[in-house]
Amino acid sequence: MEKRELTCIGCPMGCQLTVTMENGEVTGVTGNTCMKGDIYARKEVVNPTRIVTSTVKITDGDKERVSVKTASDIPKDKIFDVMKDIDAATAKAPVYIGDVLIENVAGTGVSVIATREIAKV
Amino acid sequence: MKTYDIVIVGGGPAGLAAAVAAKEAGNDSILILERDHELGGILNQCIHNGFGLHTFKEELTGPEYAYRFIKQVLDLGIEYKLNTMVMDIAPDKTVTAMNREDGMFTIPAKAVILAMGCRERPRGALNIPGYRPAGIFSAGTAQRLVNIEGYMPGREVVILGSGDIGLIMARRMTLEGAKVKVVAELMPYSGGLKRNIVQCLDDYGIPLKLSHTVVDIEGKDHVTAVTIAKVGPDRKPIPGTEIRYTCDTLLLSCGLIPENELSRSAGVKMSPVTSGPVVNESLETNIPGVFACGNVLHVHDLVDYVSEEAKRAGENAVKYINEGCRDSENQDFIEIAATDGARYTVPSSINLDRMSDLLTVRFRVGDVYKDSFVSVYFDDERILHNQKRIMAPGEMEQIILKKSQLKEHEGLKKITVKIEAE
Repeated sequence: MEKRELTCIGCPMGCQLTVTMENGEVTGVTGNTCMKGDIYARKEVVNPTRIVTSTVKITDGDKERVSVKTASDIPKDKIFDVMKDIDAATAKAPVYIGDVLIENVAGTGVSVIATREIAKV
Repeated sequence: MKTYDIVIVGGGPAGLAAAVAAKEAGNDSILILERDHELGGILNQCIHNGFGLHTFKEELTGPEYAYRFIKQVLDLGIEYKLNTMVMDIAPDKTVTAMNREDGMFTIPAKAVILAMGCRERPRGALNIPGYRPAGIFSAGTAQRLVNIEGYMPGREVVILGSGDIGLIMARRMTLEGAKVKVVAELMPYSGGLKRNIVQCLDDYGIPLKLSHTVVDIEGKDHVTAVTIAKVGPDRKPIPGTEIRYTCDTLLLSCGLIPENELSRSAGVKMSPVTSGPVVNESLETNIPGVFACGNVLHVHDLVDYVSEEAKRAGENAVKYINEGCRDSENQDFIEIAATDGARYTVPSSINLDRMSDLLTVRFRVGDVYKDSFVSVYFDDERILHNQKRIMAPGEMEQIILKKSQLKEHEGLKKITVKIEAE
């Protein structure tokens, strides 16, 4: 049996959760005071994901950087691989919100999209 | 110079939402004055997600959230001036401003909406001993450098203060290859949201040291090391608990202060607790026709609440102009007081005639309260007693008052909001 300790992010309570697992399957969650904690803990230990936000260098634009995000959440352990691709990328103005700047970032199948408009100069 | 009915000082989230609401309430003579070279305010550099869950029911980044409102301002044809600094607001609501195209100009406005936002508490206000080298930034300054300008302030970072901007920057700098060694927080609890502690610090193994402060900064030209120490209940450093971190950067995330120089010189009455104007149910200051909303009024943790509050300020400014002189109306105000753990309320008074059917009253608590009650008293009678699992200074609380309920209590003079153990 494996035990994992987590802090719930459902509300400011920040309950200390203990998740017990067997063969990669959750067998129980304790320490939570509501269902939010249970749901969070089950997802977080089996498949933790995050949205990554950063900026991409832009040429011919009226700004130095364009802010970007992953179009959906990506596995937590891929965050730094995603960052590597984002830091290596450049975009060309004009850029509009939602434009895909990187496809299939770090092999996650998720695109990186622009979150602001950059006009061409 | 053209004249306008409503001048809005500041083109950030508050100013934008106020402008849209005023236009939609039927006023076509609105001008936004913004000192930066673009609209959107601080949201432009808040590139992380988590904005708009209440307003748009989806998770947006700061620039996306700002754009939703900028687009409305553009589509509605609301006028704005960028790179424009407001120099003075006179008690008669004459706004003096300047920019490179128009030079200095004045606008005799019928209503003014204060939406100047807030500033970060600087090192000078923190009494940190040590040298004064380069490499010390407020967290927001570092955020602007990284996210807008594309510069990294440093590679080895210590952060003082666990406000949300500091936590967000701990993650941001880590993602860009910096080593964030520690976040030190003077108080025994964090000033930031729990979600940020977990996703910005715990995710990256960055330690948070509560009840710790900076006791020394080394480095003559540039920061070379920072020493932190544990503090006792009196918040004074305890000798022998010092830990020294070599680093090239110190970020400060130690609170935000509403930026009210213009309000003060206009004669707006200020609250010593919020450092923002004292306002009534219409978010109107002691100067009739001068309204305030957003972080200039009181520092918010969610932009959604700023937008909602600013909407009310915009609508009320239009109402004020349309109704003309108010001398004939009932001038009796019901006071709202905050005691026993509740630090303040916004608004802090109600004119029953002008109150809408439902009024949101927002407040903050002064400490962490577990399994306690938010109580509301009408004079001496308790009319609300809501149990809350947890309340913390970093999370804004709210109650909703019903006009019908206030009317039932004839002769009501004072509403009191307090925190009770049982």
